[in-house]
Amino acid sequence: MTAIMNPGRRAFLKATVAAGGGLLVAFYLPGCERREASTASSDVVFEANAWLRIAADDSVTIRVASSEMGQGVMTAIPMLIAEELDADWSKIQAEMAPAAQAYFNPLMGRQHTGGSTAVRGFWTPVRQAGAAAREMLRLAAAQTWGVPEEGCRTEAGAVLHPASGRRLSYGALADKAAGLPVPEAVFLKEPDEFRLVGKALPRVDTPSKVNGSAAFGQDANVPGMLVATVLRCPVFGGKVKQFNAAKAKAVAGVRRVLQIESGVAVVADNFWSAKRGRDALEVQWDEGPAAGLSSAVIRRQMQEAASRPGEVARQQGDMDEALTVAAKRLDAVYEVPYLAHACMEPMNCTAHVRAQGCDVWVGTQGQTLTQQTAMRLTGLPAEKVNVHTLFLGGGFGRRSEQDFVADALELSKAVGAPVKVMWTREDDIRHDYYRPATYNVLSAGMDERGSPTAWSHRIVGPSIFARFPARAGAAIDRTSVEGAANIPYAIPNLSVTYTKVDPGIPVGFWRSVGSSQNAFVTECFLDELAALAGKDPYELRGELLAGEPRHKGVLELAARKAGWSKALPEGRHRGIAVAAAFGSVVAQVAEISITDRRQVRVHRVVCAIDCGMIVNPDTIEAQMQSGIVYGLTAALKGQITIKDGRVEQGNFNDYPLLRMDEMPEIEVHIMPSTEPPGGVGEPGTPPIAPAVANAVFAATGKPVRRLPIRL
Amino acid sequence: MISLMINGKKQDIDVDPDTPLLWVLRDTLGLTGTKYGCGIAACGACTVHVNGQPIRSCVTPVSSIAGKRLTTIEGLSEDNSHPVQRAWIAEEVPQCGFCQSGQIMAAAALLAAKTTPSDTDIDSAMSGIICRCGTYQRIRRAIKRAAELMAREA
Ligand code: FES
Ligand code: FES
Repeated sequence: MTAIMNPGRRAFLKATVAAGGGLLVAFYLPGCERREASTASSDVVFEANAWLRIAADDSVTIRVASSEMGQGVMTAIPMLIAEELDADWSKIQAEMAPAAQAYFNPLMGRQHTGGSTAVRGFWTPVRQAGAAAREMLRLAAAQTWGVPEEGCRTEAGAVLHPASGRRLSYGALADKAAGLPVPEAVFLKEPDEFRLVGKALPRVDTPSKVNGSAAFGQDANVPGMLVATVLRCPVFGGKVKQFNAAKAKAVAGVRRVLQIESGVAVVADNFWSAKRGRDALEVQWDEGPAAGLSSAVIRRQMQEAASRPGEVARQQGDMDEALTVAAKRLDAVYEVPYLAHACMEPMNCTAHVRAQGCDVWVGTQGQTLTQQTAMRLTGLPAEKVNVHTLFLGGGFGRRSEQDFVADALELSKAVGAPVKVMWTREDDIRHDYYRPATYNVLSAGMDERGSPTAWSHRIVGPSIFARFPARAGAAIDRTSVEGAANIPYAIPNLSVTYTKVDPGIPVGFWRSVGSSQNAFVTECFLDELAALAGKDPYELRGELLAGEPRHKGVLELAARKAGWSKALPEGRHRGIAVAAAFGSVVAQVAEISITDRRQVRVHRVVCAIDCGMIVNPDTIEAQMQSGIVYGLTAALKGQITIKDGRVEQGNFNDYPLLRMDEMPEIEVHIMPSTEPPGGVGEPGTPPIAPAVANAVFAATGKPVRRLPIRL
Repeated sequence: MISLMINGKKQDIDVDPDTPLLWVLRDTLGLTGTKYGCGIAACGACTVHVNGQPIRSCVTPVSSIAGKRLTTIEGLSEDNSHPVQRAWIAEEVPQCGFCQSGQIMAAAALLAAKTTPSDTDIDSAMSGIICRCGTYQRIRRAIKRAAELMAREA
């Protein structure tokens, strides 16, 4: 067992008698002050900070600080707590936590779900909370029975005293345990003692997701609620010049037409009235300087920027010398387009702003940011802003943003009623924070034996961090170079630079962020080098990864399971790629054919992941499938193009997504490991585009240097 | 006034007859299990059954279904006991879950028409329903499992 000291004792873990009885264990980050319940209506104090509550009926309610957007966090976090608590899994209930400092993710510094950090960030603290509760229950039983604590043990929701055969359930002990001191230190289990962690336990949210009862942001319904849609300027950065609301107001059910920060809003009794009102609205826009923007203009900006020296993200050896003396040299330009997130559920938010407080119901990845947005727009203090997190119909980074939250808050404040703002699919596609388009100039050299000796990668693209004041100052946006500056290959002369451009298209975090494009660029360029050297792409990777056992491990596993060394049937081709992201390493082998209509058809993907210790293997498999489909959609189809300052796409007819009949067979293999867990929500995405593109290269002999793949 | 038969219950609704069924379900009747994803019959999130046939409620004027039998996800079973729901649970299909009402309604209609659907049948019945989370592989398995459940219990 590993003893974990609780610094500052009571300041760290606190137990309380919950209103209505029962044991409530709260954990505090050092330095965080206790805060009373933030739910305005609640008479149950102290709940706001609690991780788990045990009721007399033996039910254990666990509050999950991270947002459930499909990645299974609402099951994974309770598994960690239940493990240390020795709980009966069938008695576990999970709910989403309110916004409060106690729920900050230690890796994010705020309550936020992103960067595949939920399990990584909460791995130790929530297990401590579970272990502390377990120890208090054990002591409560020992005292009840008048026996030494050492003679009592815990198992499946009860304390047992084997010597006398006595047993008390946690529910029966909860009240007494709540009055006991919090242990100064708790023992956490060693991996070989785990009984729940590592098992494919069923997701707690599945039953509600097969009968329509799971409540998403879109489903929020508050008494007296109005529904709004907003007409935004189609050109980025454009403003309302003037508008005529007469026709919109004539639509039955429309209550108000008003201008807000993001455009002109139509507030109505229901969505359809709001939508028809918006269709009837007449707005004149001041389109601003971006009106002349097009994809071709943006590309030229990037090409020009590429001729300027960039900021150094990584530098080793002497690049000029190495390229000069190289036996063979290769130069290439790689490009990726802007991409929309296209969450299945278009953006929406419901807010009720009152003089004394405000409630926000939203599927958000950022509770702290939501609270801050409300504080800014209403002037209310944090404790008066209640954030109710609903299920997210996909997040992928899009639901970290605050634009839809601000819409609802502004509107509720203006009309004095609860307002649900609904974005249409077109709003969602045309007003996203897009995955940055980038332009990449690569050069490499190799010696006579075909070993790469020089690797130069110059990245040109917009910066996501540029709009966040705390990070905007940095010369290098680390999201732009992740997956490129940290390529794992042992190449003696290596240079990676970054040149920032700002074409005026909003950019944001898109599942796996910089690695989503950099893995494509670097892993495809490596295959080009292998071809130039006359080497097998898998063998070349192996040569260059001598010092990277995790990369090598997943590559070998994926190659073996895919039968890399075996011949393929006529017309089939394979590609391989590996990428490390968010604490995990993933390799994939894609098997493709090219159809008569010159389309790429992906038949099979073999995926191997090393994500450290396994929390729930079924979730890991699902997240690999999910990440692969997300990345494959981008590789085969995804592109946002700009014309006259506007996004040309608007719905699934022109921004198509992968469908059932295009789905490859995906096989997932998980490396056994006792290392602390890595992320799983994002790392499945980066390798798929290069694995498929490398298979196309193998099929056609022509490298794929641009996404989406076009033959 | 439009009379609808929804999930076995008669409902009289006073709305503009052109209103898409989706918004009557969601905003007028509070049946929010049926989702809005695109509004142009391109994603299938809004799929419901009219006289047993899957339709896209986002492009179906409510007046056109007067007098017909309508089933939404809420009406599939009382207790997650429909074979498709049981298969979905057994295969752990949903991720974010947003598309799943549409997936399940499409699958239920497919299985009502074809007791042992082939992969091609599944492709053609299901390719209209997008899952951005990429649950397709599990959906296919769940449909096959549901078919077995139905055969066993027939
Ligand atoms: S919402 Fe009806 S098909 Fe997309
Ligand atoms: S489960 Fe998320 S869109 Fe299908």
